[in-house]
Amino acid sequence: MDKLETVDLTEQQKKARRRRSIAIGLALAALVVIFYVATLAKFGPAVLNRPL
Amino acid sequence: MALIDDRCIDEAPLRMSEATPGDYIALLKPRVMSLVVFTAVVGLVAAPGAMNPLLAMIAILSIAIGAGASGALNMWYDADIDKVMSRTAKRPVPSGRVTAGEALGFGLVLSVLSVMTLGVLVNWLSASLLAFTIFFYAVIYTMWLKRWTPQNIVIGGAAGAFPPMIGWAAATGTIGLESVILFLITFLWTPPHFWALALFKSGDYERAGIPMMPNVAGHASTRRQIFAYALLLAPVGVAPWLLGYTSLFYGLVSLGLGAGFVWYAWGVLKMSDEDKAMAPAKALFGFSLIYLFVIFAAYLGDRVVAEMMGSMAGMGA
Repeated sequence: MDKLETVDLTEQQKKARRRRSIAIGLALAALVVIFYVATLAKFGPAVLNRPL
Repeated sequence: MALIDDRCIDEAPLRMSEATPGDYIALLKPRVMSLVVFTAVVGLVAAPGAMNPLLAMIAILSIAIGAGASGALNMWYDADIDKVMSRTAKRPVPSGRVTAGEALGFGLVLSVLSVMTLGVLVNWLSASLLAFTIFFYAVIYTMWLKRWTPQNIVIGGAAGAFPPMIGWAAATGTIGLESVILFLITFLWTPPHFWALALFKSGDYERAGIPMMPNVAGHASTRRQIFAYALLLAPVGVAPWLLGYTSLFYGLVSLGLGAGFVWYAWGVLKMSDEDKAMAPAKALFGFSLIYLFVIFAAYLGDRVVAEMMGSMAGMGA
């Protein structure tokens, strides 16, 4: 079977992609923390007050 | 011939991005964003009543991201004119580090995210104002007014003036007269600030084909209009004290700043047509930045001290 034709990234492109990936990861982690803490701040103990 | 061959013939070569996170941060116009954050904080802190500090921080973050998103949308649409102006040629889109499509996607995603976050976690009045501000800046100003009329920054200035009102709405769920005055201060400050810049950068705007006031109405008319706006701005800056919202401290600071603004605008008015260095216009531009920062800082300081004195008096009673 023939080898798949792929794009070879230059070192510069690899470095830029890695930095973008880290930034996206950090932004997503920050969003998780913000929404978690904001939910607690907004509802307080009432967040647990629901019928099981 | 297989169908797949036809589809491959005219495809553009794959473009692999070399954009760094810094390029995406540049799309958010961090300097404009810092001004937005500052004025929004003033609106939020000056508003009556207490707000959960965490929700207040989320409100400010949402307003900052929303302002950044409108900056990205502006850079997407304006890449053609940014390319020919010395001040903007190095921006990520005209320099080719980020494509116009990437800037558009980035701006749209952040717009929706910031408005929804503000709406769900704070209140929908502030979220609606933020959405309107983004729309106003990206569509009304960038796509329509900027290339069409020399009044572009007069009307478009409203977009930059909304943040203190959004901050106020985030804290109270209403729009008070005080927040309208904070809006008016930035709104009336914008034309003399940008026209002072446009006077000594008029060559840039002319090359880009943007109808800024000096290119359309001439330098003499622009200088007169700058002075007229300075005369309007000075009393509006003092209005919070005259209406009893602040103490004498703010009143004196705003009076001094207003007098300074009129003085510098007078210098611009008296500037000769032959003046190529345009030192008075540069001086007014520099002073206008100080004016806005100091007047909002004085307002913030005044309200924080009044709040602290109030709570101390309450504890003593």
